[in-house]
Amino acid sequence: MGLSHASIINAHNDLNLVAVCDSSTLILEAMKKYGSYKTYSDYKKLVDENDLEALFVATPTKFHADMVVYALERGIHVFCEKPFALTLEQGEKMVEVATRNKLVNQVGYHNRFIGTFNFMKKLVEQNIIGNIYHFVGEAYGPVVVKSKESTWRSQSSEGGGCLFDYASHVINLIEYTIDEIKDVDGVMLKKIFSRGVEDAVYCGMYLNNGLSGMLNVNWSEETYRKMSTQITLFGTQGKIISDAQEMKIYLKKENTKLELEKGWNMRYITGLTDPVEFNLRGEEYSAQVDYFTKCIQSGKTDNVNSFESALRTDKVIELIKNKSH
Amino acid sequence: MDRILFGDNQFFAVNHLSDEKSRAQSIRFEKNEAIINVLDIALDLGIKTFMCTTHDRIAGICDHIRANPERYKEYKIFPSMPYAHKYANAVTELGIIGALKEYLPGNIFSTMAKGGLAYAKKDFIAMMELLIDAEMKMFRGIDTPVIFIQNVLTDLILGLGMKDIFLAYHQYIIKKYNAEPGYITMNLIRLLDTLESVGIKNPIICSSINKFGFRMSGGTDLYEKTIAERKFRPIAMQVLAAGAIRPAEAFEYVCGQKNIESILFGASTHAHIKESRDMIHKYSN
Repeated sequence: MGLSHASIINAHNDLNLVAVCDSSTLILEAMKKYGSYKTYSDYKKLVDENDLEALFVATPTKFHADMVVYALERGIHVFCEKPFALTLEQGEKMVEVATRNKLVNQVGYHNRFIGTFNFMKKLVEQNIIGNIYHFVGEAYGPVVVKSKESTWRSQSSEGGGCLFDYASHVINLIEYTIDEIKDVDGVMLKKIFSRGVEDAVYCGMYLNNGLSGMLNVNWSEETYRKMSTQITLFGTQGKIISDAQEMKIYLKKENTKLELEKGWNMRYITGLTDPVEFNLRGEEYSAQVDYFTKCIQSGKTDNVNSFESALRTDKVIELIKNKSH
Repeated sequence: MDRILFGDNQFFAVNHLSDEKSRAQSIRFEKNEAIINVLDIALDLGIKTFMCTTHDRIAGICDHIRANPERYKEYKIFPSMPYAHKYANAVTELGIIGALKEYLPGNIFSTMAKGGLAYAKKDFIAMMELLIDAEMKMFRGIDTPVIFIQNVLTDLILGLGMKDIFLAYHQYIIKKYNAEPGYITMNLIRLLDTLESVGIKNPIICSSINKFGFRMSGGTDLYEKTIAERKFRPIAMQVLAAGAIRPAEAFEYVCGQKNIESILFGASTHAHIKESRDMIHKYSN
């Protein structure tokens, strides 16, 4: 959704939205008529004709590599939406060019800016639930609940499908909150309503730290109003269940340092969210743009959600595809 | 506007804290009768305004209201549009054109139809008016004195800086529906600045206002000052900060901001509705 990005960027105090590029003449006309920025239908022209500091790429995945590399080669910092790349070669190229040019490079896996998941990461790092022996990463939502007209989301060659579009979030979040994924097993990619792509992804996962767990993702789940992502961790000293809104923490022993009691503890997103200057559809979307801006201002290129971390997610996606039956 | 407005989040599985509670709610309110039953409890407790999104299921509630004119003779609905998930899902699935095809009346590729003409001429205001009319259809014959734009859309337009769209919306709601335009937002101060800049005076703005600072861009201090010093008609929502603040403390705070005209809340049981109503009355005096 490039419109939301444009809105958040334009509202940001330290950013000046110079120009937008889109393939829809309808959108461009509206932008031209009611906005105060230049409009383009050719991204190269947009980059060449303006003195840009940063570029946000929120197109379908198949366009990412060309656009991102074009900008990076001209010294422009890039924020790119997920899923990152269609092929590993494209992903590696983007990482290489960004690193070589020492530019800020960030991908829009927004879960990394959600308070509950960050608190979960902290609890994992501090071994709060003892020896973790199992995890379950899940996401459900009602994207494809009947057979319909096809779009790029229904073409796996264009970055569509539940694995690319939905499971990528959970894979990325597992790597962020627990550890990197080394291998997968028992892969089931199920078509429910779609013809060209899978609507559900189930598999076993093995992490670098020796931990194993499950991935259960289904975007044809109409019992959910919107995408719902959850991670559950099972440990010898307790259990953590976290989604984007709330955390349930069960401990065998109290933890005074973190003010967690023996038994069940609830933590809500209201208490775990930092305020943002402008809020559109959730604090995390503004927070990631704000973070990207601050990285540019301070020259920090070892940022969260780097191209490299997104490329690792793409590698896991590739692994799952290769191991499916 | 009434002091108390009854909200609809609880009916449509919107819970800002818990997916699990959302699911439990969606099971409880699977049938329209269950929603009507709660609206009637609120009505019997003196709450006569229902503020709701243009969710498909509201059409059924409107049918019931029209069928019982005596019971609901003083009843008002404040529609807020659009039900964003409907359009977001349509755009995700069908693209912008596909979504317009689905919701604009007539064939958008035929310049014979009104929707088609608006599309062909890229007349955005005409398209907006047609979409508003489509959303408003379900409320025919019902008193809708204030009509809101949902925060997802308000804030999108606000961020994009498309001020003239607000003005066109404002004028259309007054002209066509003889109603007051309202705005829901997570960005109260920026919105008020923007509306004033296009000449909209004393607007009705519904925003999160709570002791916690939850979903209040700019923070509680700035909100308090704005409410006290600037000219607009504030409606407070999310006063409980999605359950993070105890009701007594929450209502005492919000009633303490003297210029707040109305308070929006939703609840599902007689006990909760009565408790909230009584607290608003108590702290308002």
